[in-house]
Amino acid sequence: MQSDQVLAELLDRYRDTPGGLLPLLHAIQDRLGHIPPDSVPAIATALNLSRAEVHGVISFYHDFHSDPRGRHRIQICRAEACQAMGSRLLEAHAKAALGIDFGETTVDGAVTLEPVYCLGNCACSPSVRIDERVHARVSTDRFDALVAGLRGGGAGK
Amino acid sequence: MNTRFFVPRDTTALALGSDEVAVALGAELASRSLAGDVVRNGSRGAFWLEPLLEVEQAGQRLAFGPVAAADLPGVLDALQGVPGEHPLCLGPVDEIPWLASQQRLTFARAGQDDPLSLDAYRRQEGFRGLERALELGPQGIVDEVTASGLRGRGGAAFPAGIKWQTVLDTPAEQKYIVCNADEGDSGTFADRLLMEADPYQLIEGMIIAGLAVEATQGFIYLRSEYPAALGVLNAAIAGAEAAGYLGDDIGGSGRAFHLEVRVGAGAYICGEETSLLDSLEGKRGMVRTKPPLPAIRGLFGQPTVVNNVLTLAAVSTVLARGSQYYHDFGSGRSRGTLTVQLAGNIRRGGLVEIPFGATLRELLEDFGGGTFSGRPMRAIQVGGPLGAYLPEPQWDTPVDYEAFAAIGAMLGHGGVVVFDDTVDMGAQARFAMEFCAAESCGKCTPCRIGSTRGLEVIDRIIAREAPAQNRALLNDLCDTMESASLCAMGGLTPNPVRSALAHFAEDFG
Ligand SMILES: Cc1cc2nc3c(=O)[nH]c(=O)nc-3n(C[C@H](O)[C@H](O)[C@H](O)COP(=O)(O)O)c2cc1C
Ligand code: SF4
Ligand code: FES
Repeated sequence: MQSDQVLAELLDRYRDTPGGLLPLLHAIQDRLGHIPPDSVPAIATALNLSRAEVHGVISFYHDFHSDPRGRHRIQICRAEACQAMGSRLLEAHAKAALGIDFGETTVDGAVTLEPVYCLGNCACSPSVRIDERVHARVSTDRFDALVAGLRGGGAGK
Repeated sequence: MNTRFFVPRDTTALALGSDEVAVALGAELASRSLAGDVVRNGSRGAFWLEPLLEVEQAGQRLAFGPVAAADLPGVLDALQGVPGEHPLCLGPVDEIPWLASQQRLTFARAGQDDPLSLDAYRRQEGFRGLERALELGPQGIVDEVTASGLRGRGGAAFPAGIKWQTVLDTPAEQKYIVCNADEGDSGTFADRLLMEADPYQLIEGMIIAGLAVEATQGFIYLRSEYPAALGVLNAAIAGAEAAGYLGDDIGGSGRAFHLEVRVGAGAYICGEETSLLDSLEGKRGMVRTKPPLPAIRGLFGQPTVVNNVLTLAAVSTVLARGSQYYHDFGSGRSRGTLTVQLAGNIRRGGLVEIPFGATLRELLEDFGGGTFSGRPMRAIQVGGPLGAYLPEPQWDTPVDYEAFAAIGAMLGHGGVVVFDDTVDMGAQARFAMEFCAAESCGKCTPCRIGSTRGLEVIDRIIAREAPAQNRALLNDLCDTMESASLCAMGGLTPNPVRSALAHFAEDFG
């Protein structure tokens, strides 16, 4: 389906939902991978908001982004329980191994790296989330194996 | 009856490979032509034993853990012979000391069965609280909750009954029940565990809340970091609707209650209740000035109960067993049970529910068993990222709201994060400011600008640039954040910073 059609369908679905902007933005991002900047005027019209309001919401929340991302999202937990189990080291290793900083995507388009503050897996830290799955006690070796698995499989979302 | 095998589907169990165990178990049973049902239960919260495999034979449940797929042939062999001789056998699950020495009320059902089985829920007292609530009527329910002494479990420990009374007494066409499932504090996972292991208890608590204050619509505001909980909750809501517990006619009573999950978008501040309400309304999660209280003007301007997951879940027990039963647990003004989560560098991490009264040291030693690394413990952060770092002499403090307040600490949502002696407390103080700068809603200057300044000043202290002056500056900055911030994000960030400086001064240059 064209992204215009997807957008039209989703706008229809959430137009009359009270407080529907967040569910709508999540749905757009799930389907299109990001929230295209040129979709903002249509979102604003459908939900009877100003463009500035829509833009303000997109920029307020860490989850939403306007630029295209990699096929997989890797989130590294930066919060305290994971720090106590070596997440600072893991974070540095991940950035070096992938050759990117937080918020960036590898040149092959496979992976976008993001920080996250707690995944609720704090009894078995350090924690990493890859797409919809959380991984526990992630050593640097385990991290490398997980990334190799993503690239080998390559199927993406 | 077939032998039943239980393999948890909880986030942490999955993160440790429980899906792989379940798949391998199915294959191994098939290859041996053995009959057996594989049940995907929730977790009991003994995360240090996950993946925890339980085998139910002849009325007894034997536990093995932590189990990997490769261990299964050996475990199945042992089951034909003397199971207790297998090195991973932990004996009957109810007799594992770590679990047996707990006092579980809210988490009594967690891990016992398929979280989505309504039959299993009903077999274990499920919906009994709702039945009683339908008999009692609104004021009767509120009186029960007030009499139980139940206090909010999200952090502020405000009496639940008083909040509900306000909403009941405020007339409106539409009222709302909002469950705060944002659980943003590092070191906490009790809400997640409950939602994944026993979702009907939360749903039942929310229906009871709706009946109590005459609200017909509920929302669960769930953080986006919890995808597994989202799946379980949505399935449980669908199940409860199909069985007539949710909808226009709850259990044939003529009363209506509808429930929907809304997913957050990665903002810590949206755990603060007024910011959460703005977010639910589809806006930026900005903190609102109080008054008006959400109980009077909350979601979409209507009277709204906002409670934490554990608070709402506990209501099911209060109603099922009666307020006196709940009140009989605990001490002083801390009634019921205490839920703590042992996290970070800990050997036996997981969820502990016990009566109030134990000291922090007892929790760390008796349940926690020391650090995961085997090195000495050095600092404990209790109550999330806004909680103080406690040095060894403070570990004899009883874990309850008042005793913690007395030493300038807070229990919050019960997260206990352990650090060993390799921790750099300068880096921890720095992170507290960094986190505040990243997660501030931006409404007030002391929090938004103060945290960024604080970060710079701590960097200078660590680099030994004019340390005395910079310490004085940091102190002033903390004073301003404490006295002039609109909410606890800016107001409490000085807690971890000041406690690190006071008790671990040697780490600051
Ligand atoms: C910065 C900040 C973050 C908070 N995060 C949460 C949270 O994640 N979950 C929660 O239940 N309460 C959180 N609270 C407390 C809520 O504002 C509110 O007190 C609570 O939801 C009320 O429910 P309770 O009375 O059942 O605890 C937070 C408060 C602040 C100031
Ligand atoms: S203290 Fe911080 S988070 Fe709280 S209202 Fe002010 S700016 Fe927002
Ligand atoms: S702090 Fe990393 S999972 Fe909770």
